[in-house]
Amino acid sequence: MSLLHIENLKACHGLLVALHDLSFSMEPGEVLGIVGANGAGKSTLMRSIAGAHRPAQGRIMFRGQDVTRLSAHRRVRGGIALVPEGRRLFPGINVQDTLRLAACRKGIWNFDSVLEVLPQLKPILKRQAGLLSGGQQQAVAIGRALMTNPELLLLDELSLGLSPVAVEGVYEALPKLRQAGTTIILVEQDLRRAMASVTRLICMLEGRIVLSGAAGTLTREAVMDAYFGLNRQTH
Amino acid sequence: MTETYKVQRWTSRSIVSTALIAALQFALLAAPFVFSANVVDHLTTLFVYVVLAITWNALAGYGGLVSVGQQLFFGFGAYGAIRLSQAGVPVYAALALGGVGSAVLALIVSSFMLKLRAGEFAIGMWVLAALVQLLVSLDPIIQGATGTSLLALNSFAPAARRADTYWFGLVAMAGVALLLFLLLRSRLGAAMQAIRDNEEAARSVGVRVQLAKRIMFVLAALGAGMAGAVWLATSISFQPNTYFGVQWTAYMIFMTLVGGIGTFEGPILGAVLFFAVEAAFGAEGVWYLIGIGAAAVGFALLLPQGIWGWMERRYALRLLPVGYVLKLQGVDAGRQHGFARRSVPPPPAAMRISEQS
Amino acid sequence: MFWLNQILQGILLGGYYALLAAGLSFLFGVMRVINLAHGSLAVLGAFIMMVVYQALGISPLGGLLLMLPIMALLGVALQFLIIEPSLKGGALVPLLATFGLALICDNVLFSIFGADTRSFAADIGTLSYDSWNIGSLYISKLACLVFAVALLVLGGTQLLLSRTQIGRRIRATAEDEDAARLSGVDTRLIRAATTALAMVMVGLAGAALGASGSFDPYAGGPQLLYAFEAVVIGGTGSLWGTLIGGIVLGVSQGVGGAINTHLSQIAGHVVFLIVLIARLYQGGEISAYLRRLRVRFA
Repeated sequence: MSLLHIENLKACHGLLVALHDLSFSMEPGEVLGIVGANGAGKSTLMRSIAGAHRPAQGRIMFRGQDVTRLSAHRRVRGGIALVPEGRRLFPGINVQDTLRLAACRKGIWNFDSVLEVLPQLKPILKRQAGLLSGGQQQAVAIGRALMTNPELLLLDELSLGLSPVAVEGVYEALPKLRQAGTTIILVEQDLRRAMASVTRLICMLEGRIVLSGAAGTLTREAVMDAYFGLNRQTH
Repeated sequence: MTETYKVQRWTSRSIVSTALIAALQFALLAAPFVFSANVVDHLTTLFVYVVLAITWNALAGYGGLVSVGQQLFFGFGAYGAIRLSQAGVPVYAALALGGVGSAVLALIVSSFMLKLRAGEFAIGMWVLAALVQLLVSLDPIIQGATGTSLLALNSFAPAARRADTYWFGLVAMAGVALLLFLLLRSRLGAAMQAIRDNEEAARSVGVRVQLAKRIMFVLAALGAGMAGAVWLATSISFQPNTYFGVQWTAYMIFMTLVGGIGTFEGPILGAVLFFAVEAAFGAEGVWYLIGIGAAAVGFALLLPQGIWGWMERRYALRLLPVGYVLKLQGVDAGRQHGFARRSVPPPPAAMRISEQS
Repeated sequence: MFWLNQILQGILLGGYYALLAAGLSFLFGVMRVINLAHGSLAVLGAFIMMVVYQALGISPLGGLLLMLPIMALLGVALQFLIIEPSLKGGALVPLLATFGLALICDNVLFSIFGADTRSFAADIGTLSYDSWNIGSLYISKLACLVFAVALLVLGGTQLLLSRTQIGRRIRATAEDEDAARLSGVDTRLIRAATTALAMVMVGLAGAALGASGSFDPYAGGPQLLYAFEAVVIGGTGSLWGTLIGGIVLGVSQGVGGAINTHLSQIAGHVVFLIVLIARLYQGGEISAYLRRLRVRFA
């Protein structure tokens, strides 16, 4: 049984169709990368899986259960956590409280183990999230999602607006999450980084999957073509 | 989009209805010669309600300012009339000047009240009304909560007084309505409708939001002040508790919400409905007030655009030309979907656009 | 000594205003809703308490303990029936809906209980007039009790918000509801709990009103004004500010009333307006001020 199974998903923003009839599955332990140009529907897909966007059609199955109509907080309790684009921290709440408030499932992740994989948070526990640097904020957002003990972790544009050094700091945590058995979907603009950190890659264009394959089997050129829609092949 | 279109202000329907309304105003002038004293009194009351409704709507519907303190201007208008009349001003002039006095008061307090945000402004106005009520009660001629009367009116014969008061009320209503109508058709009116639709967006395209709000605030005070003066002319007696009572604002909210906030015609419809409801159920006293409250809650939650707003959306109805109609050439007015894309609710056939250049 | 006594009475009265304002301030801080039915609901609480203890033949304290859970349930209903639906309609609709609710509440109370003025004073034994006298200073025990309850409510709320899981989640919901949901917070439940808590505070204020003063079905309007004045004087959204605001209001009323009885309420309103205007012209836009305070509140 696949961990996540998406079937004929369609999502809209008003009159604009953001996702067309999208389907794919994920097995436990996979790290799936999603690449695509701006407006390809990556964030809408992530938000639909997390329950922050209500799809127009289709089904989202998680661990064999239909979660399409479930509200976001119930999906979190079921084991899906999203690190949203733009981080969406609570500006007036300090780091420690931000982490603690998200604790809602039993599992390997707790306050201490989260600080172990994200050691950069230790010196800033008492500081308000709104006053942190971008890299620190991103680490807090990841920590907040981990505190919910997700089986499926959705990481949307981790490197957006961060300096290269800060990106390194954030990505250092990824292998430790994989070791812990967390399944991950990663949306990333940086193609090279995406291809290096994932087991499988999906390329999206205008709300559709135009290329999909195991990380080792795809060439950079094929992905680039799909990314820009030069060679419209379907999966 | 390359479709050609033209902008219309007057549609054939709005020409007819505007002419009819103007004609009705003139016909109403003859009412004291035709109808019984009772009917004339009732019509005067209706005028007061119409003024209250359209001016509160101007404030909340177009200016985005919810005030629960408009009784301040209602009471102050009546108080000003009493004061001026005592000072020897001819009584109807005193009544009119009382209304103007409210507008002046509004101009003064607008300099700080309008800086408050939504809910703070709402209750802040109520505090101001309570304060002015207390101050007015201290005036020796008002005699505290006992109140006083507009004695100068007693020198008129009852029939003449009734007719004069009626005409005063009619002119006050028509004047305030005309003022609002012209204001909404001016450049500033377009600005106000833009504020109604989206204040932030209006600000960002250079609409002078504060000025527009201030003008609406003063106009609303003028209307409430005139309404208070007309009310004083019909009832003669003045008690601070009654004239500065928050129930006046409750009535205004009811009329505007039921009729349709943010439309020109809606509050007039609301006033007529309120008048009818009061005539039918006013004797029920407290249950009538409960009904008014329940209707306000119900409309706010379930039909926030009110009866007129609902009809306008459904049937593209617009009797008075305060907006524009956009007509695509060769395209049925009911199907202009693709042109100016509006968000979730399907666009009304007659779209409002604002002039901002 | 006379003035010292007046100021002292004003401070104690300020405790009541702070208690009255706590619910309004809390609801506004979390929900961004100004509840125009606040005063009417406090009066409703007083009536519920009166009916409960008189009908059951128990002590007023027993009535209070039964009234608070009823108020909490009413808060949940208020949240689901009025506040939540009205928040979808923009900033104006919650004001209009809660104003309509106030109208309903006042008049339903009037239709049941009539215009009579009520008080618990006769049922609370000597507490209504017991006092400590220090020289010519006169300190009412009941006023001290109300003040202590106000401190307890404000301090307890502060602790709840800063130290408990539900408090953290209330703050998260207040700051960014979507993000809170994505962190596993059931924001509807949190909002219902917030309103329930605010209504418990309102109930306590109603009890204090009935014990130390009097109430009638139309007493809600003035109570709303006092609560609002305390909140604004103290700074919106800040709980300790609310206490200071209540005290400033109480002292101005006390001092004004000592000069002339008519001046008591006028002084309160005038001080409120002065604070308001001073704040507008000293700190620029009040919205910027609110934003600063929001951070402090959290």
